[in-house]
Amino acid sequence: MYSVRRWAVRHARLMERTYNVFEPLFTRLDPLWRRLGYGRLEKPVAAVERGLKGWLFDCRMCGQCALSSTGMACPMNCPKNLRNGPCGGVRANGHCEVKPDMKCVWVEAWEGSQRMTEQGGARIHQVQPPVDFQFQNTSSWLRVSRQKRQERLIARSGHTPGQSHGEPSA
Amino acid sequence: MKFDDEPIPGYSLPILPGHYSPGRLERVLRAGCFAVTTEIDPPDSADPAEVLKRAAIFDGYVDAINATDGSGANCHMSSVGVCSLLTRVGYATILQISCRDRNRIAIQGEILGAAAMGACNILCLTGDGVQAGDHPGAKPVFDLDSMSLLEIARTMRDESRFQSGRKLDLPPRVFLGAAENPFVPPLDFRPHRLAKKVAAGAQFIQTQYCFDIDLLRNFMRKVSDLGLLEGPDRVFILVGVGPLASARAARWIRANVPGVHIPDAIIERIEGAQNQKAEGVAVCKDLIHQIRQIPGVSGVHVMAYRQEHTVAEIIEQTGVLAGRVPWYPGRDNPEELNPESPDALQEETL
Repeated sequence: MYSVRRWAVRHARLMERTYNVFEPLFTRLDPLWRRLGYGRLEKPVAAVERGLKGWLFDCRMCGQCALSSTGMACPMNCPKNLRNGPCGGVRANGHCEVKPDMKCVWVEAWEGSQRMTEQGGARIHQVQPPVDFQFQNTSSWLRVSRQKRQERLIARSGHTPGQSHGEPSA
Repeated sequence: MKFDDEPIPGYSLPILPGHYSPGRLERVLRAGCFAVTTEIDPPDSADPAEVLKRAAIFDGYVDAINATDGSGANCHMSSVGVCSLLTRVGYATILQISCRDRNRIAIQGEILGAAAMGACNILCLTGDGVQAGDHPGAKPVFDLDSMSLLEIARTMRDESRFQSGRKLDLPPRVFLGAAENPFVPPLDFRPHRLAKKVAAGAQFIQTQYCFDIDLLRNFMRKVSDLGLLEGPDRVFILVGVGPLASARAARWIRANVPGVHIPDAIIERIEGAQNQKAEGVAVCKDLIHQIRQIPGVSGVHVMAYRQEHTVAEIIEQTGVLAGRVPWYPGRDNPEELNPESPDALQEETL
């Protein structure tokens, strides 16, 4: 919902803090997720994620969440799906070139990033890779959980493990 | 400026040490000259002669010609088509690629095809929304954004591979550019967004029309403070300018063309003039004089849509080329004349 999503950006700092508590909790439950099976969890977790993030951010389920790098404004709401900053067509009042009634997602993103912590806010300066459409409609949370597990494995063994069963199977 | 190693038109220049492309634009910029670029109005036609005719208008006044890619989301001859025709007779072109109409498969193929045809400057753009053009029912693609397009083009050139990782046999030797609009919100973010583009691979920037010198000055100061104008990975900034045909046209552009900021004072100045068209050209010249004084600006990009004939006058009278005559077919060897240039047509009738 447009008003809720704008509220979320106005409270980007709170959203950041909430996520910073939620992420380690969720990813540390990796043994449980593996026991239940990441594949089997995909549908129900994606449904929860869609419901919650859809309500809060108008999330489009790209499956590779960039919210914490975009001031808590979902870049997939930009009609051009820009993930790296505003286009050159932003109106003088800060509204979208394509949808004149909507505030530019990247004007929001910039404001949101300024409200976040220094570390979190700085992530808006990193170049984001293009969307991998194979992950569309899949859970970003489970993906992060699998990634974190791999990072832990790499850190522990000191070398890159082979293709792990934790890799997304899109 | 004349290069000693000027090739036969249609062939590439040797790539100098520290350079990325076999083109004249990179040479002119790295030599520290104030560069002039312009854009060609692509025809709604399959006539190659029309392209050459439209390019000949700029002979002797510009260092490179932009070939727009469905600008304003309107259908015209493709930018690769225009560039291929122009490079065949030796012109330096800037190939515009927009993310609006093609996905990453098509775009990467296009980069290779264009580089093979001698297009050695690429301007990576996001593109206007389809609602702005003559086919509002078209599917907006936007598989990539200008930033990821830059990164992919740079990877193809520097690491000789596609985004997928698959190896290229011969990488495209291209000088990479991007656009910036320092005149629209979020103004504070704009210099940082430019830094991001430089990090993604941008080596030159062409800005949106500048009608507000104060905003440009601020922007350039911040860009300079970010250290983007120094070192081997520095970026060259060409500021967009152009003549406004009348106060009415200016108001229309301001209301209908996405991202063009024109202060009231400029419109009032043109409105108050006896000859509005001439005043539009005069405003453009004044702006160029002011832009040239701003530290860090490497040149101007003159966009004179449907007023292309004014470009020569604007460049001549502002003296920004400082006596330099940019290469054009026939400059050094009359036999190489663009077959559609007025000089060539005159000779034919003699």
